[in-house]
Amino acid sequence: MKLTLRIWRQASPEAKGKMQKYVLDDVEPDMSFLEMLDVLNEKLVIDGKDPVSFDHDCREGICGSCGMVINGNAHGPQQYTTTCQLHMRHFDDGDTIDIEPWRARAFPVVKDLVVDRSALDEIIKSGGYISVNTGSAPEAHAIPVDKVSADDAFDAATCIGCGACVAACPNGSSMLFTAAKVTHLGLLPQGQPERQSRAVNMLTRQDELDFGGCTNVGACHEVCPKGIPLATIAQLNHDVLGATLTGARSD
Amino acid sequence: MVITPQRNIVSRTWGTSVGKKSVIAVTGAIFLLYVTAHMLGNLKVFFGIESFDAYAQHLREIGEAIVGYEGVLWIARVVLLSSLVLHMWAAFSLWYKAKRARPVGYQHRQRWEGSYAARTMRWGGVIIALFLVWHILDLTTGTVNPLPGESSAYTKLVASFDRWYVSLFYILAVVALGFHIRHGLWSAIQTFGANSAMKQNALKTFAFVVAAVITIGFAVVPLAVMTGLVR
Amino acid sequence: MSELQQEPTAVQGEGRYVLGDPIADTRAPDSPVADRWSDRKFSAKLVNPANRRKMSVLVVGTGLAGAAAAATLGEAGYHVKSFCYQDSPRRAHSIAAQGGINAAKNYRYDGDSVHRLFYDTVKGGDFRSRESNVHRLAEVSLNIIDQCVAQGVPFAREYSGLLDTRSFGGTQVSRTFYARGQTGQQLLLGAYQALERQVHAGTVEVHPRTEMLDLIVVDGKARGIVTRNLFTGAIDTHLADVVILCSGGYGNVYYLSTNAKGSNVTAAWRAHKRGALFANPCYTQIHPTCIPVSGEYQSKLTLMSESLRNDGRVWVPKERGDDRDPNSIPEDERDYYLERQYPSFGNLVPRDIASRAAKNMCDAEHGVGPGGLGVYLDFSDAIERLGRPAVEAKYGNLFEMYERITGDDPYEVPMRIYPAIHYTMGGLWVDYDLRSTIPGLFVGGEANFSDHGANRLGASALMQGLSDGYFVLPTTVADYLAAGPFDEVPQDHPAVQEAVDSTRARIDKLLSANGHRTVDSFHRELGQLVWDQCGMARSKEGLEKALDRIPSLREEFWRDVKIVGTGDGFNQSLEKANRVADFMELAELMCLDALHREESCGGHFRVEHQTEDGEAQRDDDNFSYVAAWEYTGDNQRPVLHKEDLEFSYVHPTQRSYK
Ligand SMILES: Cc1cc2nc3c(=O)[nH]c(=O)nc-3n(C[C@H](O)[C@H](O)[C@H](O)COP(=O)(O)OP(=O)(O)OC[C@H]3O[C@@H](n4cnc5c(N)ncnc54)[C@H](O)[C@@H]3O)c2cc1C
Ligand code: HEM
Ligand code: SF4
Ligand code: FES
Repeated sequence: MKLTLRIWRQASPEAKGKMQKYVLDDVEPDMSFLEMLDVLNEKLVIDGKDPVSFDHDCREGICGSCGMVINGNAHGPQQYTTTCQLHMRHFDDGDTIDIEPWRARAFPVVKDLVVDRSALDEIIKSGGYISVNTGSAPEAHAIPVDKVSADDAFDAATCIGCGACVAACPNGSSMLFTAAKVTHLGLLPQGQPERQSRAVNMLTRQDELDFGGCTNVGACHEVCPKGIPLATIAQLNHDVLGATLTGARSD
Repeated sequence: MVITPQRNIVSRTWGTSVGKKSVIAVTGAIFLLYVTAHMLGNLKVFFGIESFDAYAQHLREIGEAIVGYEGVLWIARVVLLSSLVLHMWAAFSLWYKAKRARPVGYQHRQRWEGSYAARTMRWGGVIIALFLVWHILDLTTGTVNPLPGESSAYTKLVASFDRWYVSLFYILAVVALGFHIRHGLWSAIQTFGANSAMKQNALKTFAFVVAAVITIGFAVVPLAVMTGLVR
Repeated sequence: MSELQQEPTAVQGEGRYVLGDPIADTRAPDSPVADRWSDRKFSAKLVNPANRRKMSVLVVGTGLAGAAAAATLGEAGYHVKSFCYQDSPRRAHSIAAQGGINAAKNYRYDGDSVHRLFYDTVKGGDFRSRESNVHRLAEVSLNIIDQCVAQGVPFAREYSGLLDTRSFGGTQVSRTFYARGQTGQQLLLGAYQALERQVHAGTVEVHPRTEMLDLIVVDGKARGIVTRNLFTGAIDTHLADVVILCSGGYGNVYYLSTNAKGSNVTAAWRAHKRGALFANPCYTQIHPTCIPVSGEYQSKLTLMSESLRNDGRVWVPKERGDDRDPNSIPEDERDYYLERQYPSFGNLVPRDIASRAAKNMCDAEHGVGPGGLGVYLDFSDAIERLGRPAVEAKYGNLFEMYERITGDDPYEVPMRIYPAIHYTMGGLWVDYDLRSTIPGLFVGGEANFSDHGANRLGASALMQGLSDGYFVLPTTVADYLAAGPFDEVPQDHPAVQEAVDSTRARIDKLLSANGHRTVDSFHRELGQLVWDQCGMARSKEGLEKALDRIPSLREEFWRDVKIVGTGDGFNQSLEKANRVADFMELAELMCLDALHREESCGGHFRVEHQTEDGEAQRDDDNFSYVAAWEYTGDNQRPVLHKEDLEFSYVHPTQRSYK
């Protein structure tokens, strides 16, 4: 396959970036998208040019490192698929592919396609956990969890923290990410004591961090490689409004 | 967790994006109730001039004994107007936040993820607002109506819709309203936290049906005038 | 290393290494095995809570072991700094573990017990692990599940609301707890959240995108690390009272493995070069069911759960080089070789046996797919027998993953699978307290060698990582710190300066080579070499060949590698080069270890040492020891220290799966 790539190149956070054109003519359909970029990078290095930086680690769709906007779609054209799991057979010979980094004020570009997503850790830090010290846990079977809640909690817990939801959201909001954690912990009996304060604290932190506010557009769910349900956002809203009306305390 | 002094409910609400959104949702729900009633009232044109004008007169007289002539109408106007201010204020504040959240846009414009209706809430809202201004000047104050101010509601309406471009503008505005409600109603339910993975499709269908009924309910009036069904 | 200091006694292995003093695990109590951990906990010294804030701990790695240790030490009140090379601690490689985690809860009432888990693990390790450690692991497994459930880890549950378990890796009891196919992810998120909670509490500072490049040893004690900030390129030092390495395994020495692309041996290797012994480097584990290589560009291998072998049948065409479409190969022209060779276990033989059998088939030119490196795993019988919906319910997500990667639909065409490197049992030598041979340097998780002997059982790595992190390290590190806080090390201490200077020099050297080959091309060549000679089957001849080639490859690397860009800023080629440089050195020690171990055990299969029907043959008389290697200088002969293994509770037997 012969492909024309237009890739966002930006040397450093301060530098001005631009789309740069590259032509690759020996792309195999069985290559993954990142392997295609590896091939490009090998060529660039041999030519003494700076290879394209992009984040990746597990290359099996679970660590959440990878992510780029491909022809306007976060993680590319295939649903429920991270960039690393996308394969070139979904493109045609002769295609032009535009590749850009996640765009959000909260995710400043570090270099080329690499952005700084530490804002997502900040959100978890503000309350995305159950406060239990090591060694103080009761016997596991002392806390039964009905299967439906356990399964729904699991669906929410599969978020890989890739940030595609932010990249796709017209509001630049991380609501789906935040809601996934609030829902995961809020559905479990262990998570009840901190349920409202967790929701308020995480949302407040998200608002402070330059993310936009959610207006239920739903683009996040469509690009989410793990298909985190939009209903998680309803649960977050529910918990936040509950806390607002009852005046639950938060810090 | 650290406990800090509580803030009052207004600042707690206004302080978060979800709070602002629920302001939009509550005021949107008020509009929706109003719009539904308004639409039902409009349909009275099909029962003739007396029926319609009597309804317009009745609106002014409900609760007269307690709040005086046009009292309820004025209360409704105040509630609606303040809702509108809150609705727009909250919407613009989220709009501003969204603009700030993505200072550099994409070179390759995104395909429309999410529904068309969801994407057009903001500009759709602006169109509705502009329409509202005109609509009030036309039929409430009569400023831009071809007939003098003291004419009957029915004749003003017919006179206005007799101009094809007015009818067209009206219909476009109601379609915009339909889109707005289609996403808005579902969105409000989501904002109140009543959505769930299981109910999601049913709720979306519900919002669609409500939006369609309201759009058609409003649009039939100018259509009837233009086709001569209502004179 | 004072305990070890002695003149090397004899040059061995045709002059390749020197035999040093034996070593002993000096910290396991002498009591009966079941009492050792409680005895050790009781004898461990405690630190006054008021003093803990003044004591600082560095934890390198945020996988299960590192995140759990950092969070727990933070909870206890120590001043903790945590490091990882990814952009968030949540992305550590533990996230990718699929299958599950073992614990001797006996919720099924199927005869499980701490003793049975202990027994299975020692036996599974092919009698090359320490009884004391393994028993502790089995005991602590109970607490791990409690802890994780309390944190909100969404383990699979039954309709009763109680935890579900499954049997895994050929055990007869059902003791594996799981969270769909994402157990590692859920456990790691639990530990990550506990870690973030401590960041919020101010006890832990996380340094993501910060790679440890050297260990700082002052007056014989580990007192800090040298790091490179991967964003800015800044070389920094972090000084502390204690250093804990939980930096994961070294499977990426093979280039293609199921590990994350960034997994590396750098942290452990630098500690090794600063004096920590490296144990059993040749013990590596191969996983039989991975998606095979599709071309030269292949960058990593993807594992598919072994559970596939419960219903899939493995076969190759009887005819050599038969490249017909598999569906058109008639039944009598297929060789179901596992069922043929191992009638009683069939497709369910242990990992190493299944892997080796696949290799033998491919070596004999019966392999299928690109390069003839693959065998079929066929579900057509299962689909016929159970119906497609049943197969879909059981394996749907795996089939989907397979199709996403290969483009083939496994419901229609048999899957192709091939073994891939998956786990490394070897690692830095530690005693019962997880202390390395450098005082003040502790090692946890896959980075140490401690609990799995020559072969790890499925679902035991997650257990070990969390056991080390939540329960063992916090106790034993506190015991060490009870003698502290130690004198502050000044930034301008010569040892600190020397470590920083040598790190800088090395980076400059890499950048200035400006040769002709990319880092990946060297890594691929090294990987192929190690895979061929020190992979599934090892021979004296092959290992010697590798030992001759590696030094020259290393020399070529330093001379001819090409890295574009500078060291001040984000430079992924430089990061890779740094890691590959260490793999080049580790590879040599692995091959040497494999060459010296003249027996077959667990994941280490020497073709010269097999039974008549091709099974691994252990030599307990001569090799029932841990091989701990001491570094003595670049291109110098390493010194071998042996730690003898004693089996008082589980008696060595030969495995048989016929
Ligand atoms: C595909 C796959 C599936 C598996 N499935 C199972 C399973 O089902 N059950 C099971 O029990 N085991 C399984 N394992 C094994 C298990 O996942 C690992 O052994 C275990 O997670 C290792 O944990 P760890 O904490 O030791 O290290 P890791 O999770 O590998 O973490 C290493 C950490 O060290 C950091 N690091 C490394 N080098 C440096 C450096 N130089 N400087 C700074 N930081 C550094 C990394 O950033 C990372 O945070 C599986 C492994 C793989 C590859
Ligand atoms: C009669 C007319 C109107 C009705 C029935 C109505 C109804 C609604 C409803 C139900 C919502 C959804 C609330 C939610 O998402 O939770 C909404 C949202 C919105 N409305 Fe209106 N509205 C009306 C007029 C207006 C006007 C005049 C504007 C002018 C700007 C406007 C702007 C918006 C915007 C921008 C949103 C989306 C808010 C957001 O989520 O960003 N609406 N409306
Ligand atoms: S919610 Fe989905 S898109 Fe957003 S971070 Fe999580 S996995 Fe990625
Ligand atoms: S590289 Fe890990 S999810 Fe893509």
